[in-house]
Amino acid sequence: MNRYLPLSILALGILAFATLMLVIAPGIQMSQRSVPPELQPYTEAEQRGRDQYVSLGCVYCHSQQPRSPDQAPDGDRGWGRPSVSSDYVFDSPHQLGTMRTGPDLLNIGARLPSAAWQLTHLYQPRAIFDWSIMPGYPFLFEVKSAAAPGDTVVAVPADFAPPGGVVVARPEALDLVAYLLSLDRTYPAPIDGLRDDGYAARGEAP
Amino acid sequence: MPVTLGLLLTLSFVVSLLALSFLIWAIANRQITMDRDAATTIFEPGEEGHVDNDGTEAGGDHRHLFDPGRTGIDAVSAGPVLWLLGAAIFWLLLGSAFGVIASLKLHLPDWLNGHAELTFGRMRTLHLNMVSYGWVSQAGLACVFWIIPRIFHTKLRKPKLTYIGLVLWNVALAGGALAIATGWTDGEEWLEIPWQFDIGLAIAGVFFAAPLVLTTRAREVHHIYVSGWYFLAALLWFPVIFIVANLPYVHSGVEEATVNWWFAHNVLGLWITPLAVGTAYYFIPKIIGRPIYSYSVSLLGFWGLALFYSQVGIHHLIGGPVPTWVATLSIVHSVMMFIPVIAVAVNHHITVARNLWALKESVPLRFVWFGALMYTAASFQGSTEALRSVNSVTHFTHYTVGHAHLGVYAFASVVFFGAAYHLLPHATGRAFAWPGLIKAHFWSVVIGFAIYFFALSIGGVLQGLAMLDATRPFADSVTLMKPYLELRTVGGSLMTLGHILFAVNFVSILLPRRADAGKRVTAA
Repeated sequence: MNRYLPLSILALGILAFATLMLVIAPGIQMSQRSVPPELQPYTEAEQRGRDQYVSLGCVYCHSQQPRSPDQAPDGDRGWGRPSVSSDYVFDSPHQLGTMRTGPDLLNIGARLPSAAWQLTHLYQPRAIFDWSIMPGYPFLFEVKSAAAPGDTVVAVPADFAPPGGVVVARPEALDLVAYLLSLDRTYPAPIDGLRDDGYAARGEAP
Repeated sequence: MPVTLGLLLTLSFVVSLLALSFLIWAIANRQITMDRDAATTIFEPGEEGHVDNDGTEAGGDHRHLFDPGRTGIDAVSAGPVLWLLGAAIFWLLLGSAFGVIASLKLHLPDWLNGHAELTFGRMRTLHLNMVSYGWVSQAGLACVFWIIPRIFHTKLRKPKLTYIGLVLWNVALAGGALAIATGWTDGEEWLEIPWQFDIGLAIAGVFFAAPLVLTTRAREVHHIYVSGWYFLAALLWFPVIFIVANLPYVHSGVEEATVNWWFAHNVLGLWITPLAVGTAYYFIPKIIGRPIYSYSVSLLGFWGLALFYSQVGIHHLIGGPVPTWVATLSIVHSVMMFIPVIAVAVNHHITVARNLWALKESVPLRFVWFGALMYTAASFQGSTEALRSVNSVTHFTHYTVGHAHLGVYAFASVVFFGAAYHLLPHATGRAFAWPGLIKAHFWSVVIGFAIYFFALSIGGVLQGLAMLDATRPFADSVTLMKPYLELRTVGGSLMTLGHILFAVNFVSILLPRRADAGKRVTAA
């Protein structure tokens, strides 16, 4: 190969072809699917909480894409039905994730709907699960000598409670919990929802 | 619709296969002349057949350099190359520190958690961005700036533009890192740096590319040596994928996830891999003093990489909410990667295997050789990982992290270590003060990496199997990982120690020493 121009054109042509196949074609296909009527846009508080989730990098330990029973027992673990493309229409940036250092969270709001539980867990995960390696997020909380009216007091077991005070959730913690509780895709999957059915298709016509 | 898309899938595969067959036909029928003469463009007359020893070994008496015709060429590139390497090493040290902190946090979750800036989610992200855009990209560029003028037998054009690019790139990266630390992020893996800073990185890229393209156009040899294909293509590919993936407000939902993985995998396949493979393609024959084993096979490696590696990204979304056909497409292309990888492996490994004696002569060659071996290993592992059956076990586990480090670290970074050790004496005209420290660097990163890799691979498989077993609680997958995560910290710390030695060696060769006067490595 001796010429620069043909090399460049061919190299860019191949990339354009790959982009067509991986990005444009599936993008068009996915954008034609209906939005499930039960799926609502995030409220302001939920969106603020989602921004916290993104900014703290929760995605690096938690996926949001339960797999199908053909592939993995995600449903048996209570993580929900296999997700489809239209479950994410209001998500930007997407938080599908590639790690399960912790469990999948797409349906955490349906699985653990208690705000009090979520707050305690965010303050100190090991107060609930001694085996957990999730970091605590004490900076989302405030330690006060006594709770003021309107404060959300967090229940913390004595072993983990700060001496001489109560733990009160800051607005950031309440927003984050609002987002977590909004994670609920337990409505029936839309029939035209797209997902990788490569496992289901094994040995039978899809 | 499924029929149409099935057809598309077949079409893509057939197109790639036809292109490859055409290429093989063209080589077989000598439509493309790829002979030994082309492979030897990297040598000066009289240089072939002599090992290019670089003064890293003690007893510098048999140290000799063959660069009579090149002193003028290297003198122009030396400045940009040294500055790029210096900046790269800075980010390597900083990025490694964040890597070790992030690793520690996985088994000491209550350590350093008082501030949002110090949480795992940010430390890990700083590590990734610093080492990928600060270290690997700039170290790779340093090699490109060194090699392109040499294979084209002409000095670097417009070297001053490089410095503008360098300042802009590092300022934008520092801004991006600060943004991530304070929680301002675009929120996708490999694309965390806010797009506002990405504009700076993109403009810096133009200042890097312009001198290299101008040098290419002014080349004094007809033939573009194989390293040149990889570098020139990468210089075109990276800006395209970087800009498209960072366009704000265009992508959302699962479509954004496909763009994310199209980008994140192409950073590896169309940027880091070509930089490191091209570097190995230059330094292996250059140091040994013999041309590459089969030059025409190198064409297969290059175009195969372009055709197949560009389409593997969606294998990160196997079993996810993406159309079945696109996941399958990526799996097929991942497996097809065996073709270009074997082609490169044949060239690199047979060239070294026929000249094993050279490993004794040159410590830098040991780095480049080890890195090239790890390219084969990482690619074989990656192709296997894309199979649905394997992916179900390994995806979402620490196994993937081990694999990513096999590619970006044991392959690309180690090749760049070797390249740096080889070119530094040429670029500075000096010898390393403590050649023993280079070997210490080698063993510290090789042993450190081995501990790191096997811990995460074994632990990751056990973690994946635990998650797939519905009778075991999720907690099992967390608790069984703990010893392996601790080993990962041990391995990572050893690797970091190696990086400190690397920085010491780099600084030592830059500092003028009185004893140098007698030992100075001169051209010819």
